[in-house]
Amino acid sequence: MAIGQDIGAGLGPPPSARRRHLRYEAIAGVLVMPAVVLMVLTLLLPLAAVVVISLTDYRLGATTLSWVGLDNFVRMAADQTALRAIRNTFLYAAMVLPASVGLGLLIALLVHARTRTRRFYEIVYFLPVTSTMTVMAIVWSFLLHGRIGPVNALLSWLGLPTIGFLSDPDAVLASLALVGVWQLIGFNMILFLAGLTVIPRDLYEAAALDGADAAWERFRRITLPMLGPTMMVVVLLTSIRTFQVFDTVVVLTQGGPAGASDVLLYEIYLESFSYFRVGYGSALTIVYLVIVGGFAVLQVWLADRRVHYT
Amino acid sequence: MTGSSPMIHRPTSTTLRRRAGAVLARLLSHLVLLAGAGFMVLPFVWMVLTALRPSGDAFDLDAVSWFSDIHAVQNFGQVLTETQVLRFMLNGMIVCFGILFVQIATALPCAYALAKLTFRGRGPLLAIVLVGLAIPFQVPALPLFLGLADLGLLDTYFSLMFPFFVSAFALFLLRQFIKTFPDEIIAAARLDGFGEVEILLRLILPAAWPAIAAFSVFSVTYHWNDLYWPLIVISSTELAPPTLGILFYRDAEMGDSFGPLMAAATLITAPLVIFFLFAQRRFVQGITMTGIR
Repeated sequence: MAIGQDIGAGLGPPPSARRRHLRYEAIAGVLVMPAVVLMVLTLLLPLAAVVVISLTDYRLGATTLSWVGLDNFVRMAADQTALRAIRNTFLYAAMVLPASVGLGLLIALLVHARTRTRRFYEIVYFLPVTSTMTVMAIVWSFLLHGRIGPVNALLSWLGLPTIGFLSDPDAVLASLALVGVWQLIGFNMILFLAGLTVIPRDLYEAAALDGADAAWERFRRITLPMLGPTMMVVVLLTSIRTFQVFDTVVVLTQGGPAGASDVLLYEIYLESFSYFRVGYGSALTIVYLVIVGGFAVLQVWLADRRVHYT
Repeated sequence: MTGSSPMIHRPTSTTLRRRAGAVLARLLSHLVLLAGAGFMVLPFVWMVLTALRPSGDAFDLDAVSWFSDIHAVQNFGQVLTETQVLRFMLNGMIVCFGILFVQIATALPCAYALAKLTFRGRGPLLAIVLVGLAIPFQVPALPLFLGLADLGLLDTYFSLMFPFFVSAFALFLLRQFIKTFPDEIIAAARLDGFGEVEILLRLILPAAWPAIAAFSVFSVTYHWNDLYWPLIVISSTELAPPTLGILFYRDAEMGDSFGPLMAAATLITAPLVIFFLFAQRRFVQGITMTGIR
């Protein structure tokens, strides 16, 4: 493809071409050098370090360090705090994933059918995606305030019982999920809208001739199957984002009450940077990497394939 | 689309019912969309409303009093003169644009080499880029913290920016984009005596502008909104970016200054929201195309 390749692959290249080929080697080396050095320093070495540290009992500031093998992972399997954080993370994902994907799809379908008001709805629904979550979480902390918050005021005005959104251990994860869904709907909607616009119109006309007239039939037989690839991307991206929940936990609950909203990333943050149990924090990080990295590998693989073949 | 049957010419009760159904469906669709829209804008409305009112009225839902007493000047005035919110925003800009500049400066030449030159180690380098895409930042964060702590560099602008100086995403995106640049033009430029650096700066850089713009939106949004890394490396209020700064401010106030706090919140959210409203297409493209993280 590139010039250098043609020359290098040629049968017995003339001497001048060989020299040029070598020159490309040299210039390429110069061009990639800064990125490569930084990648080694900020990605490869730290990655190796996390794995190594996770096999030690290293604490920040400690003068000694010993190998403990897989002890950190064995300890984790019996550590109620860590297990609760992992369970909470999955519970959070189990709420946010279906809600934000389902509602994102619903809104996309409704917005797609609009013509004059489409732009307006797109903007409004995308607004939370553009906002700073830390700041909006502070706003949510007031909105969801148990005693004086306007949401509870609305509930009691409607004659419904008020909810301790952030103080009730049974409600707190759902409250975080509510805020998470609020931020993700618009993002998913935009991705679904992009998927909807490329569905050929004549498919629907053909289906109408086949008697698939009802809206539900059209959705089930054409829209949903045609949205398959989009759906895959949306589910993967949403999964990654839900397992990365952190900002809202820091601002709204700090893992409380009594650990009811402690999630994996927050636990990693506490162990590593608050308690400075770096060895154990690294082991938790590996668990996090396996979960989120798994989704991300799938996603990168899909993205790479899409880019190459379309 | 639904009227493709011959029945449309005879206004029977079926078509009338169908037409009524369509109207009803449209009404219902608007109702759902408006309810959802209300949910989306609720926090923004409440934030701005509180920023305009006296702190004591913040939770007063009595509609009559809402605009009886505009406190915007006091609230925003207090934020601008008595707090460091402007400083936080300046820090955010320094960090975001510092990161962005170095990211593009490191990614563009590397992406060009990956897309258009053959050299030893090209395959492994591409593989590393893909690995970099899949690794969430929180994984290398811990060793990076230890390294920076060891060098005594914690709590500096440098520590805020350094981990992001190379972006696997920028490399990936720019390489894909540059790959579509015609080889013939590059070959012709070489014959005209252009060096690789000249080709990069005078041909590739202008041509890659759309990809650079999309990546810039993604990068600036990500780092303006990031809390995890600042929370780890920054302890001085003077160096805090907006996210960490407003948490410092909230914790320092703790009292009942809801008005100024929400005024600060409005100021911090404003740049990205305003930019989004003025460059919607570019913004949405930047966020979604780059939705990898």
